[in-house]
Amino acid sequence: MNEIHCRINGTDYTFSFPGERRLLDVLREDLQLTAAKEGCGEGECGACSVLKDRRVVNSCMIPVAAVEGCEIMTLEGFRQTPEGRCIVEAFSDSGAVQCGFCTPGMVMAAASLLFENPDPSEVQIRTALSGNLCRCTGYDMIVQGVRLAAERGRGLW
Amino acid sequence: MARIRAYRNDAEAKVTGTARYADDYSFPGMLHMVPVYADYVSARNLAVNGAEALAQPGCIAVLTASDVPGNCRYGQIEEDYPILAEGTIRSWGDVTALVIAETREQALQAASLVKVTAEPMEPVLTIEAALDPYAPIIPEGKDSNIVVHHRLRHGDPEAVFDQCELVIEEDFHTQVIEQAYMEPESCVCVPRHDGVLEIYGSMQHPFSTRRFVSSFLDEPFSAIEVYTIPMGGGFGGKDDNAAAVCARAALGARITGRPVKLTYNREWSVRETYKRHPYRMHYKMGFSSEGKIEAVETTMYADSGAYLSVTPWVTWRSTAQCCGPYGVEHVKADVYGVATNNVFRGAMRGFGAPQVNFAVEQLIDIGAHRLGIHPLGMRRMNMVKQNGETVTGQILDKHTVSLEEVMNSVVHHIGYRKKYEQCSRGTSDNDELYGIGLSVSYRGSSLGAEGMDYCSCVINGQHDGSILLETGIHENGQGSESVMMLILAEELGIDRKRIRYRRSSTSTIPDSGTTVATRGTIMGGSSVVVAAQKLKELISSHIAQRLKCSSDEVTFHDDKIWGLTYDNSLTWEEAMKELYLQRVAPYAFGTYQGPDVSWDDTTGQGDAYFTYVYSCQCAEVMVHKHTGKIRVTNVVAGHDVGKAINRAMVLGQMYGGITQGIGMTLMEQVQEAGGKITNLNLGTYRIPRSTDIPEMEGIIIEHYDPLSLTGAKGIGEPAIELIAPAIANAVYHATGIRCTSLPLKIRPEDLS
Repeated sequence: MNEIHCRINGTDYTFSFPGERRLLDVLREDLQLTAAKEGCGEGECGACSVLKDRRVVNSCMIPVAAVEGCEIMTLEGFRQTPEGRCIVEAFSDSGAVQCGFCTPGMVMAAASLLFENPDPSEVQIRTALSGNLCRCTGYDMIVQGVRLAAERGRGLW
Repeated sequence: MARIRAYRNDAEAKVTGTARYADDYSFPGMLHMVPVYADYVSARNLAVNGAEALAQPGCIAVLTASDVPGNCRYGQIEEDYPILAEGTIRSWGDVTALVIAETREQALQAASLVKVTAEPMEPVLTIEAALDPYAPIIPEGKDSNIVVHHRLRHGDPEAVFDQCELVIEEDFHTQVIEQAYMEPESCVCVPRHDGVLEIYGSMQHPFSTRRFVSSFLDEPFSAIEVYTIPMGGGFGGKDDNAAAVCARAALGARITGRPVKLTYNREWSVRETYKRHPYRMHYKMGFSSEGKIEAVETTMYADSGAYLSVTPWVTWRSTAQCCGPYGVEHVKADVYGVATNNVFRGAMRGFGAPQVNFAVEQLIDIGAHRLGIHPLGMRRMNMVKQNGETVTGQILDKHTVSLEEVMNSVVHHIGYRKKYEQCSRGTSDNDELYGIGLSVSYRGSSLGAEGMDYCSCVINGQHDGSILLETGIHENGQGSESVMMLILAEELGIDRKRIRYRRSSTSTIPDSGTTVATRGTIMGGSSVVVAAQKLKELISSHIAQRLKCSSDEVTFHDDKIWGLTYDNSLTWEEAMKELYLQRVAPYAFGTYQGPDVSWDDTTGQGDAYFTYVYSCQCAEVMVHKHTGKIRVTNVVAGHDVGKAINRAMVLGQMYGGITQGIGMTLMEQVQEAGGKITNLNLGTYRIPRSTDIPEMEGIIIEHYDPLSLTGAKGIGEPAIELIAPAIANAVYHATGIRCTSLPLKIRPEDLS
């Protein structure tokens, strides 16, 4: 059993359990970081999205061995950053939230997009969110939320 | 796209990920439960052997029906659903055993070693097979697989068809749909020191959950407390089934004396839980030469699956709304629910209306085309009007019948008339064919004559000026708590920041029915008004003297309480302090009972619902000539919601409903092979993604409804019930091909 080193929300961790454990389970069960949810367990719904080196990934599909040396950011960490606050407020104001189960994943997907492209078009936003399923909103107000975060956060990203 | 600042009391918690859903809870000493299925669709002499499983590390118990102290079966209408199978397997979703272990991994490992044997029987899998006189009877103790038969008799269609200019006969089929809420079922059950079982679960009906658990464990309601916690969507799908999940966890907690968590994965959720009923409908519709619908005769069959659930209520709505929003004089409808060995069907957003609308709104377009009448004129001529009569004999004189206005708004907004002329109708110069289509509907609000309609509210004012509010309506994600808070703030004339929605439980508020049927705002909101009026009367009677007026002259606005002149007022805090000094609690309890409805089972006549929501949706499509792929490019929806309490959330319901409807129209279908579902997860059961959905525009139309104390009606289900025929009509005007089955499919060879 090898040791696995990574940084999660700014804190360094060393894990010594089987490397095939899913990152999602480590986050939710071991670290009580429950913002990321399990909706499908097969990488289709994006409810478990987190950032791995600032790019969005499905944590249900990532064995913890694959995060060796990586920086993982979950919503618990991201919400405390200025960028996180910006998306949180934009989503709230836009009506992007209904049941909220997909929302943490949507926020992380939006963050990943804006880190890469601070001024995305609607098509680019829709494409960036296409790995995250939402059954409540019809996506319209989530897309608006991302656009609002881009507008309000000029210079931030 | 609309830009309205949204209000939700739970937005911050949900966007920051601090909102805790059932699976996010854990308790010291908590055990994990998993269900055990059997690979049978129909079988008898079921035997479960848990010995090997029990010997596994960490395994605490293997529970079967024989461990159940109370009634193993439950159902909202008939007690036929086995929370744990007893001797017989009637569907592939039946749960045969429950395994409890220290960890989920151990429970899963042990569950794989539970031995289930049974004697397989030939399953009955189609409506046709179930109706065969020699078919095995699936429902226990019944003499037929027809589990319900609703009749509607209005006039004499047989006598009228002969005189019609045009008679159309057509068959329509709809498919099995999975609700596909993002959060699979989950429940944590915790034994409390006082003997009460606390339940934290994902469900939209805490009271029904309490009934299930109570009956399953043979314990009184007072020993079970079901808490409202955030839940990840339901869409009708988290009523009885979600309650069964809670009942199983409760059994585990009772037997072990420890907290037990039962969290479903997606495959179990899809395998076990009820779906939208697939319908087979035959319609015969007769028109006069001017386009008036003279007569309708219809026979429909809904596959109920192995258990009854709410099939009688779903099919009842199909019966009452069998002619869409048209006031037809001569109607005969026979609507049947039929038992099969498929995984059972139950409630899903729309509840028997999307299916009939798919048929009726295409039939009227077909009729218009054959008679050479514009589809708008055809609808205008036939639709229900103010003081008009519905097919159930109800006179619509108690609210504003706004269907024509709603349709006109949508038509003007999207530019339907001009675009209708531009439809490709099978030919175009490029690779895509363009079409536009429209549909209209009316939807009876709330339960109607299918159920008991009432809701309670508690306003617990505090002497510091803050207020705790709760109602019997459940927050399913739709924003009901925010709506109740906005209504209360308006009623009391106070700043909504004073109000906190209390995390309620089944032990703190009376049973107010289930949060389904688009009844949250109309029933819950009205109960808030009743309680608020009582609170205002109470406050007035105790502060009138200080305001130098009589109690009926006291008014509430601008966060203050006023006498007759501007110099006689009290801040809300001052008034609460005054009540405190008078030793009066600013507390009010209100119950709202739905207005009377009626129904005659033999004729299908009566005042089916106390009010109706009027809707129109219009869709534009492009159909690719070489692939047949249908792309929805624009949707405009108009709904008369009575009054919009929280405009952004009304639009959110519209867009979400339309999107689910687009899924039903173009993508979704539960695949059943020999009674076994083959697309068990979201990779194979595809629901719309952000890139599948076009621009949408919602038009909110408001005609204050006098029978709702807030004027509001509702929007949840109207939003989903009519997009399928709008798209089907658009596809027809693009291609000239009429699709009578869902999901719509255009084969490239049909286009050449």
